[in-house]
Amino acid sequence: MYRYDEFDAQFVADRLRQFRDQIDRRLRGDLTEDQFKPMRLMNGLYLQLHAYMLRVAIPYGVLSANQMRQLAMIAERWDRGYGHFTTRQNIQFNWPALADVGDILEALAKVEMHAIQTSGNCIRNVTTDQFAGVAADEILDPRPHCELLRQWSSLHPEFSFLPRKFKIAVTGSPHDRAAVKFHDIGLRMHRDRAGLPGFEVIVGGGLGRTPMVGKIVREWLPENELVPYITAIMRVYNRFGRRDNKYKARIKILVHELGLDAFRELVEAEYAKGDPSDTMALASDEIARIERYFAMPDLPQRAETVPAINARIFEDREFGAWMRLALTRHKVAGYRAVTISLKPVGGIPGDASAQQMRAVAELADRFSLGEIRVTHEQNLVLPHVAVDDLFDLWQGLKAHDLATANQGLLSDIIACPGMDYCALATARSIPIAQAISRRFAALDRQDDVGALKIKISGCINACGHHHAGHIGILGVDRKGEELYQITLGGSGDEAAAIGKIIGPGFLGDDVVNAVETIIETYLAGRNSSDEQFLDYYRRAGPAPFKSALYKSGVTA
Amino acid sequence: MKVATANRLTDGTVVFLGGRQWEATIERAFVAQTDTETRGLEAMMLQSEATQEVVGAYLIDVTQHADRVEPDKLRERIRASGPTVRADLVKPASNANDL
Repeated sequence: MYRYDEFDAQFVADRLRQFRDQIDRRLRGDLTEDQFKPMRLMNGLYLQLHAYMLRVAIPYGVLSANQMRQLAMIAERWDRGYGHFTTRQNIQFNWPALADVGDILEALAKVEMHAIQTSGNCIRNVTTDQFAGVAADEILDPRPHCELLRQWSSLHPEFSFLPRKFKIAVTGSPHDRAAVKFHDIGLRMHRDRAGLPGFEVIVGGGLGRTPMVGKIVREWLPENELVPYITAIMRVYNRFGRRDNKYKARIKILVHELGLDAFRELVEAEYAKGDPSDTMALASDEIARIERYFAMPDLPQRAETVPAINARIFEDREFGAWMRLALTRHKVAGYRAVTISLKPVGGIPGDASAQQMRAVAELADRFSLGEIRVTHEQNLVLPHVAVDDLFDLWQGLKAHDLATANQGLLSDIIACPGMDYCALATARSIPIAQAISRRFAALDRQDDVGALKIKISGCINACGHHHAGHIGILGVDRKGEELYQITLGGSGDEAAAIGKIIGPGFLGDDVVNAVETIIETYLAGRNSSDEQFLDYYRRAGPAPFKSALYKSGVTA
Repeated sequence: MKVATANRLTDGTVVFLGGRQWEATIERAFVAQTDTETRGLEAMMLQSEATQEVVGAYLIDVTQHADRVEPDKLRERIRASGPTVRADLVKPASNANDL
């Protein structure tokens, strides 16, 4: 993985010194909250319902075991013993004292981490496929370009005060696990006919109160033109993006209002203005330098099938289920990427205790070359596990309540913190996730339902990606009551789709029953178990669900 | 009936304005029952913000029960009691079951 050079280390140290001074001035009363707020936000520090919240960047979701240990230490020493992995591959601490934040950031800097640009109207943490560099279906490894964009966008003087926040995601696989079509800029890496690497550039996707699927602004962009071309997009957005209304300030609104062709013309004109050759040459050199950090580790080839492991599958059904659900094929024979579910039955999606973080770090050192990934679905991944080691790893995970087998199934739910923590939320989302998880706790039942993505947001800002859920749940406030709207048919993959509201909302106590009705409707109507929920919805449409949910005419 | 609430500057803790100072639990909050008392709370809120003791002070509607003060809105009940999903983080003097 990438290691800081002297410039990176100095950059983070300088920023820490600066922010420490700002915190001290705030605590002394020399800065008012209005003056301090933009400064703290640019350093990832929010003020939430119960306390401050520090959002720490995990660049493109890649963590080392040592970094994970440091996060565990921070959780224990300065927080309340746990952290929350987010839908943007970051981690949030929910209870830091303002006076401790300087020390926390210093502890992060020691392991090459920081919280810069995890908030504010700037370019946020670039996200990617959790299996980047590993997945057998991958065309190109997106991590070097994610790192290039991280370096380019960090405190970029031109793009630190954009009309609104800006999110970039990159995928290098045909199967999009990074939801690139729901980002301000989505980059899909592929090769041209000559085999040269480059990008399809997608602009104007997003969730929130105006969900939109991104549109292709450039079908082919050669690899070394990435930075100057993205710069042109950012300049067009910075100049023409609306600043009069924060709800219309994202680039998706600009693309929508101008129309794709007009937007594209502006970008191409801006791109043609400059002489990007210097930047492109620099990018080529820099990519070559960065790529060395992401070279595939030296993994000796191993047998794909290990009889002793296969025997365990039959001896232990729990292990067998985990083997079936937690593994992703690796580029190197005899290895697997292992997804660690942070969704135990009745648990809080994305939460991990300090003890669990430490356990994952130890297991990463033992079985995955010390490397860990964070997924936007709020799980963790050990990317390089030998098939021979899978039973030992599973036992190690099980000892810390980390061996849940539900990856990709109904209870592998995304949920934002909702009104239990978030100052913006209008309803709770975690209790809904917990209730669904408990109702469908039996793995046999989840298996029968098959692949299903449930995503829950506690407000219209959609941090829980409800628009992209096969079943999406949005909590709103209706005259002081929590009311939940259900959407069906959303998808965050390469066939991205925005879910459609199925009908009137449900009170909190009725949501689980509604989800169960939806699932029973699907089970009764599908052609066979090969027809997945989303396929059935696309074939049958909303009518059978609507009929089943509202047949009595009684709704909230 | 109104209670003044805010977050403490130093650690962000939810606090409620008592008779003389900011308190960590709503049980110790001063409950304004008249317009004059509410104006008194507002004056103290402004003073506390000016001295940077607290952040984002505002008034909330509450109901005075025989044994406790309860915010009318769910959001404020959660602020007063702690997250509803972590029994270990519920404020000791509050009762999350009331949510």
